[in-house]
Amino acid sequence: MNASAAQQPDFDRRNLDWYIDKFVQALVFLGGISAILFIIGIFVFITVEGFDFLMGRFDFVEFFTSPWWEPTDEDEPTYGILALIAGTASVTGLAMLVAIPFSLGAAIFIGEFATGKTREFLKVLVELLAAIPSVVWGFIGLSIMNPLIIELFDVPVGLNVLNAGIILGLMAAPIMTSIAEDALKAVPDRYREAAEALGATRWQVVYKVVLPAAKNGLLGAVLLGVGRGFGETMAVLMATGHAINIPTSIFDSVRALTATIAAELGETAQGSDHYGALFTIGIFLFLITFLINLMADLIVRGVRKQ
Amino acid sequence: MVAPKLVVEGLSISYGGKTVLHDINLEVQENEIFGIIGPANAGKTSFLKAINRMSDFESDMQVSGTIRFNGRDIRTLRNLYAYRSRIGVVFPLPVGLPLTIYENVALAPRLRGVKHRDELDEMVERCLKRAALWEEVKDRLHVLGSLLSGGQQQRLTIARALSQEPELLMLDEFSIAVDPVTTMRIEDVLKELKREITIILVTNLVQQARRLADRTAFFLEGKCVEIAETEALFTGTVQDQRTRDYIEGRFG
Repeated sequence: MNASAAQQPDFDRRNLDWYIDKFVQALVFLGGISAILFIIGIFVFITVEGFDFLMGRFDFVEFFTSPWWEPTDEDEPTYGILALIAGTASVTGLAMLVAIPFSLGAAIFIGEFATGKTREFLKVLVELLAAIPSVVWGFIGLSIMNPLIIELFDVPVGLNVLNAGIILGLMAAPIMTSIAEDALKAVPDRYREAAEALGATRWQVVYKVVLPAAKNGLLGAVLLGVGRGFGETMAVLMATGHAINIPTSIFDSVRALTATIAAELGETAQGSDHYGALFTIGIFLFLITFLINLMADLIVRGVRKQ
Repeated sequence: MVAPKLVVEGLSISYGGKTVLHDINLEVQENEIFGIIGPANAGKTSFLKAINRMSDFESDMQVSGTIRFNGRDIRTLRNLYAYRSRIGVVFPLPVGLPLTIYENVALAPRLRGVKHRDELDEMVERCLKRAALWEEVKDRLHVLGSLLSGGQQQRLTIARALSQEPELLMLDEFSIAVDPVTTMRIEDVLKELKREITIILVTNLVQQARRLADRTAFFLEGKCVEIAETEALFTGTVQDQRTRDYIEGRFG
């Protein structure tokens, strides 16, 4: 080995750093694709479990248009989920009516008006609210809202669309607030300064400049709330009254798609039509929430690109 | 003698203990173009921020001293928004609000309560013409202002400032993002505007101050070195050697 070669760094010798780098890359790659694997795995699993039903007893028209969900009828079981869809949709719809004003109001206050300690305190509080388990919310619906609704509106049952809608709205509001606030934060301060320099009041700045600039992010927040509403199980199981019914008023008890699965799956024989039908509801829910989340994600992404 | 438009007495500004502007005293007369020149970090932008109380935005910016606008101490104003609406500001880098070209210019009139479409149309056209932008955008008033080029966006912000019908227009190095030809056109507009309003022109182009300003102040490291008739400054009757050095391009 001559002197000049000895001074050259060795371009072929892989040192420890090189191996650590490769190892970490492989690890991170696994982590990254595991999310995809799990999603695909879950979808495959619920499809396989529902497969026999889908290929056999399943009748598309009956499934989506019949209000009769009577899987345990001894003579002629029917599998119609229209009432369940109506239940989920009505509760989610009402929940959004509750959650949107609360969450947007909170986000605007935290993001645009509150300062310093108040702001930090509120942000922590909102995150704390988001962490309350859904069974606790269901309990509140059952033991507080129920008698309250009976008392206030003079109705026989307090477990209904109104109860579940309010509970679900309050549940969804914190996470929506968080995301909406992020959307407001993404609006550059120079817009606010420019508008204030024009003599706009704080509210005019928010209303004329910040909200239009953040509208995609805010829409994304609302859609994520809707996704949450569709997927929520425990609280709606406890607060809706769990009665199969196409609601005609907010005081009607309903039953949600998710709650049906949760309540019935344990009592069915594996491989039976009933079992398969519940999994078919699962597939339907999966597709719906997937679509809603995808839409929300695309919309929020649209904001970032601007 | 007419009372001055703006009186600044003992103005000091600091950010979290670090003083950026020391004891500024000056008066700006009605219908004059008051130039402020000086190198970076001279405190020129902070000075403008204090005047329309944009300092309220920044919690760590402390302002002391007195600023009087039309004789009124601006610390005692009870409606800050009304005050700001009388002062137009053009920032160094264009801030096209995320609105259409039309809405960018119509925003201030709308905030004032102008609702009539005809009136707004006419105002938008007049302001865009004055900012030398009308010919380029008249066919696409309803596209987003942020899609314009940098120079066009800057003229848009000038049009927007004019749409406030301000009594005082403050321009902070407006020509940074504008080509020389357009700069000259805007300078002509400023000369014309002077008949109606008062203008404070912060610029790092000393020749621009010479072309436009009636009087010019030289700021250096947070201090106002001197204020004089612009021609006097440029023809050599300076009190301070540093002013001469700066004007002649020996530093800064």
